[in-house]
Amino acid sequence: MNVNYDEEDKLLTFKITEEIDHHWSEKIRRQIDDEIERRIPKKVIFDFDKVSFMDSAGIGMLIGRYKVTKMLGGNIEMINVKTNIKKILEMSGIPKIIKIS
Amino acid sequence: MQSKCDNEMTLEILSKSNNEAFARVAVAAFSASLDPTIEEIADIKTAVSEAVTNCIIHGYEGEIGVIKINCKIDKRKIIIEISDTGKGIENVDIAKEPLYTTKADLERSGMGFTIMESFMDELKVESILGLGTKVTMTKTIK
Repeated sequence: MNVNYDEEDKLLTFKITEEIDHHWSEKIRRQIDDEIERRIPKKVIFDFDKVSFMDSAGIGMLIGRYKVTKMLGGNIEMINVKTNIKKILEMSGIPKIIKIS
Repeated sequence: MQSKCDNEMTLEILSKSNNEAFARVAVAAFSASLDPTIEEIADIKTAVSEAVTNCIIHGYEGEIGVIKINCKIDKRKIIIEISDTGKGIENVDIAKEPLYTTKADLERSGMGFTIMESFMDELKVESILGLGTKVTMTKTIK
C-alpha cells in the first residue's frame, strides 16, 4: 500500500496494492487510521486500481474507515474499482455512504 | 478418496489468516479444468475466502485448528465443502441473515453467507454446537 498526502487540498490517498481479505485488513487498518488521525484530511481516497480481489473483510474495513473519517469531518471516495469488487460493494450498500468512481 | 465424480481434491490447512489467500487460489486452480470465465473464478475465490475466514474467526475464534477443504468436479459442476471442528453455530438461519454478525468489534460486516449464497448456485450450512460447521457450495460452470 502506498500513502500520499496532498497538503494543499487536504487529500489523503491510499493506493492499495494487495488483495483485501481478513488477513490483510487486520494488518493494515491501524496504519490507515493512524494516517487519517494524524492528517485529519478533508477527503480520503482509496485507489483500487491494483486491487484484484476483495471479500467481505473489505466491507468491514471500508465502513470502519468511513466512521473514523466522518468523525473527523472528512469524507471517503473510491476510485478505479473493478467490476467484480463493485458487485460486493453494491450488495452491501456501500455506495450509499462512499462515492465510487 | 471415492471417485464417483470426475475429479477430486482434499486440502487440510491450519486456521491461520495467511492461509486464506492460499485456500482460495488453490480452489480456483483446481476449478480451472472446467474453463471458467474470469467472473466465475472471482465468484469462487470470494466464496471460498468467506467460508475459510468464517472457520478462522468463528469456528476456532483465533485458536489454531484444522480446516478441511474438499472439492469435487462432477461434469460441469464444482462442489466445494469447507469444514472446521470448532465451536459451531447456534442458529444457522440467523447467522445467514445479511449484516448479522457476532464480531462487530472485529469490523466484520455480516455479509459472508450472503456473498457465498449469491456468488455460488447453492449453499448448505450444517452445524452442531461444540462439534463444528460444514459449508457446502456448488456452482455450475457454463
